[in-house]
Amino acid sequence: MSLTSHHEARSLSGAAADVTTKAARRRSYLGTLRRQPAVLLALVPALTFFCAFWLLPFTRLVAMGMQPDKNSGMIAYWAVVAQPQYLYSLLWTLLVSIGVSLLAVATAGVAGFFLARNRFRGKAMLVAMLTFPLAFPGVVVGFLVIMLGGRQGALAQFSMLLFGERWMFAYSLAGLFVGYLYFSIPRVITTVMAACEKLDVSLEEAARSLGAGTWRVTRDVIVPALSPALISTGAICFATSMGAFGTAFTLGTRMSVLPLSIYSEFTNYANFTMAAALSVTLGVITWIALSFARRLAGGSLGASA
Amino acid sequence: MSSSIAITLKQCGRTFASGHTALEPIDLRVEAGETLVLLGPSGCGKTTTLRLIGGLETPDPGGRVWFGERDVTALPIEKRDVGMVFQNYALFPNMNVTDNIAYGLRIRRLSAGEVRRRVDEVMEMVGLHDFARRGVDELSGGQKQRVALARAIAVRPKVLLFDEPLSALDAKLRDRLRLEIGTLLRRLGTTAVYVTHDQAEAMALGDRVAVMERGRIAQIGSPREIYHQPHSAFVADFIGSVNRIAIGGTRDGWLEVDGGRLFCPRLHGADHAYCRPEDIEVGDPASAPISGRVVQSFFLGQSQRLLVDTGGDAPLQVEAPARRQWRRGEAIGLSVASDALFHPHHPLTFGQAAAHG
Repeated sequence: MSLTSHHEARSLSGAAADVTTKAARRRSYLGTLRRQPAVLLALVPALTFFCAFWLLPFTRLVAMGMQPDKNSGMIAYWAVVAQPQYLYSLLWTLLVSIGVSLLAVATAGVAGFFLARNRFRGKAMLVAMLTFPLAFPGVVVGFLVIMLGGRQGALAQFSMLLFGERWMFAYSLAGLFVGYLYFSIPRVITTVMAACEKLDVSLEEAARSLGAGTWRVTRDVIVPALSPALISTGAICFATSMGAFGTAFTLGTRMSVLPLSIYSEFTNYANFTMAAALSVTLGVITWIALSFARRLAGGSLGASA
Repeated sequence: MSSSIAITLKQCGRTFASGHTALEPIDLRVEAGETLVLLGPSGCGKTTTLRLIGGLETPDPGGRVWFGERDVTALPIEKRDVGMVFQNYALFPNMNVTDNIAYGLRIRRLSAGEVRRRVDEVMEMVGLHDFARRGVDELSGGQKQRVALARAIAVRPKVLLFDEPLSALDAKLRDRLRLEIGTLLRRLGTTAVYVTHDQAEAMALGDRVAVMERGRIAQIGSPREIYHQPHSAFVADFIGSVNRIAIGGTRDGWLEVDGGRLFCPRLHGADHAYCRPEDIEVGDPASAPISGRVVQSFFLGQSQRLLVDTGGDAPLQVEAPARRQWRRGEAIGLSVASDALFHPHHPLTFGQAAAHG
């Protein structure tokens, strides 16, 4: 049995030809764009908007962060890492966001897979309830955490009844963690459920036919197939947690997360330089996470081509 | 691999939760070392039967599946020791060719040396020795299906299951791989069940063929039996082309048909006779028992297909030698040998081997 039959060789060169025609099409498309001023004219509103509301303020923000901080006299960007209060704020925010993202992906990933694979009475209702937090602003999420773990919360009342003391977690780091987890879970569930729809069931059947049990199938087939979705949804949870303001503000956590630090530098101390430096730092970290997510999602789409 | 086993299905039906019955309760036996082809149009229950054998589906209560002497009805596929080849290849995209083929061997915890030896052996068998380190995305469709085949046979399964493995390939490659699979199956001697809707594939690969229709087995037998002695018009029509000739009357062994008459005492009393296009002989219009006019001709290379109007409802399909050219409207004489005529309710009793169950 010789391998590369004529035929297969031909289909391979066919694929190469296909790639070149695609490139040619793209070139001619750009050509059309250049030749038609009307197209450029249509872009003017978007460009204006981009310049006025993004490019100009952001350039100012970046430049402002270069100036010395009025308390320490350091360049503000340097102060972010050199001044403990800012560094701790940054590190804690990172830590909470990473922790929340990992836990959300692990728990909601399993739940999303279960929901995608099983049919039962009331499933639509359950999915609707689980994804409901997406509709809440951060303030409401914070409020819900207080209802659960605050001074008058359910847990406090329960422990008062049993042990005569109030247990609370709402105003600590744990409260923040729970709140962030609460709005991260629906994102993971919806993404994972959508990704499960696209799983190739015959891959699992092939693995099973070769003797793989549930655990091996999960490890060797399902998790690898879902990993782009898991990583990208995790990155989005991370970005959302990094920038979450309402929840932290409502909870009034003793630990000041980065968005709260920015807010207080800005409003309480009128320290615009520091606020700008912290904002740019937050923006860059979040942007890296999001572009990472986008590239993975795009990569998984490209793989099938 | 001499220790092949037989497969027995007893009253295996499958009704889905939606209430749709994919398979009526059937009895089926695949002999040890035999290749059985399940053939039929989509929705006939052939894939469901395959999945019942593999353990991807469970039969409705009352149905039982045996591998040899062992009742495997309750066993899931991972405990049945089968090898399965899918239409869409189902190769693990996160593993290269070697790791795909070695997958089942590693699950069986064979030593690294043994795994390497067995992988090399099956790669040689399917002609893939140069592709060990390739990613599966870098392979053509035919190469992918070879990897899938190698992966399935590497574990030396008791039973090999094929779910339309060639349907996604183009015609030329399909023919080639069909021959290779046939050779391989005979060499391995493993009991195999092969699902297809392609009758040529069924004929070439099956020791026996089961033609399925609407959740039932319409007929099971050797390819020759199925082709030459179809038990129903459905089977006759599904396997190859068939002409249905109306019989006006019968006299002294002759059947009165449109355009002339045919000699066949066996079909006395039948209202129709059937025959294959290649069993109709072309002759002199003046002396042949049936005469008609050529309506159309299709050149096929090795032969040509003629449509001949004999005055009946539908023109007769005739497989004629390729060399002679026919003009539209030209007179043509036809004859059919007595034993090439058949009718499902008037089976042959002489001349050919009698059908056996």
